[in-house]
Amino acid sequence: MRAFSGSDLIYLLYALQWTVALVVIALAMGAPLGLALALMRTSRRRLPRYIAMVFIEVVQGVPLLGLLVFFYFGVPLLAGREVAPVIAVSIAFTAYSASFLGQIWRGGIEAVKGTQWDAAACLGITKWQQFRYVIGPQAFRMSLPPTVGLLVQLIKGTSLVSIVGFVELTRAGQIISAATFQPLLVYSCVAVIYFSVCLPLTHWARALEGRLNGAA
Amino acid sequence: MALLEIANVRKSFGSLEVLKGVSLTVEPGEIIAIVGRSGSGKSTLLRCINALEGINSGEIRFRGEPVRQNMKNLRLLRQRMGIVFQSFNLFPHLKVERNVTLAPVLTGKVSKADARELALEVLTRVGLSEKIDAFPGQLSGGQQQRVAIARCLAMSPELMLFDEATSALDPELVGEVLRVIEDMARNDLTMILVTHEMNFARNVSTRLIFMNEGMVWEQGPPAELFANPKTEEFASFIRATKQA
Repeated sequence: MRAFSGSDLIYLLYALQWTVALVVIALAMGAPLGLALALMRTSRRRLPRYIAMVFIEVVQGVPLLGLLVFFYFGVPLLAGREVAPVIAVSIAFTAYSASFLGQIWRGGIEAVKGTQWDAAACLGITKWQQFRYVIGPQAFRMSLPPTVGLLVQLIKGTSLVSIVGFVELTRAGQIISAATFQPLLVYSCVAVIYFSVCLPLTHWARALEGRLNGAA
Repeated sequence: MALLEIANVRKSFGSLEVLKGVSLTVEPGEIIAIVGRSGSGKSTLLRCINALEGINSGEIRFRGEPVRQNMKNLRLLRQRMGIVFQSFNLFPHLKVERNVTLAPVLTGKVSKADARELALEVLTRVGLSEKIDAFPGQLSGGQQQRVAIARCLAMSPELMLFDEATSALDPELVGEVLRVIEDMARNDLTMILVTHEMNFARNVSTRLIFMNEGMVWEQGPPAELFANPKTEEFASFIRATKQA
């Protein structure tokens, strides 16, 4: 048995890298997929709208933990061979962030007045150009505060990965706690680290919201 | 060849028939003012011309080419006709310059390098060259509408549609917009204006159209039409607008 020391703190910060990495992966892969879902949800055609709706409903109807367990055990089974845990976990987080981003951005797209589509269409530019230059930027600005809010949810959500043994911040805390028998101290440190990562983001989201409300 | 031929166009919204067989031919250089009570189908007709609304039957031809909502070349066709909306519909997140040059640049009408020059040119025509770097939200309604007109002019359209371009403006801002439209009229641009400004319709248009109950009820040279309305409907419409 040993006491909690500075090197444990360094270990925690090291594990934080994996937390951040997971969030970056979830955003980098979830954002394009989320955009596709948002566009499908707002499409005039029924089939894409329906597919996107089912995806969003299913993913949001299952707890994140359920998604993690499903992909952690399911992906190797489907692939027929061992798959690195980080890949399975990344797929789960990508699906999770995509479904929420898709929902948030759909709201943003729908909040842009229909007359903006009209005006853009009447200029004779393509549908994609209408979205890319006219609708998209306005929708994104309106969606930014809830998007940052989701980012905070994602950061905290990564703690669930500890269940499947992936060493990120929370799992690192478990390991140290088991070695030192100082769970209160260790988990307090873990909590403070989460808090100090999320706090600036929440403030940023609030500032963005204020600026948008001021502009409108 | 006529610039625009509208033949027996019908349009319904649900069970409500808004256009009940409209026919109209527009020659190049004409300035057509469409007046009528609200609900007479004026704005709908205008929106059908550039296929913002689909039609149920009949035909619209622009320079001989049929206009359909699901046609492949709709985009190319719209590049040749501009529309000015009642509510301006500028892009609020873009500066005036970008509002005006977005479409010309994206459609390859002008290079990125020459875009600012084009913006200055069309903004000068509407008297707003000094606002080139402003955002729409920093402009008055009248100025926004003039930018919207400049946005159309930047595409050098063959036909301009005005959908109650001054109806959303404060009374003291109407004049500046009408002066710009008048100036365009002098430059031989073909225009169709749906308007409530009766004096403007009378003084600027080459042909006045009175729409009623989804049909072209009366048409002709404005002075003649105002002096001798042929139908009781138009006569009572004139009386009603005079009282207002």
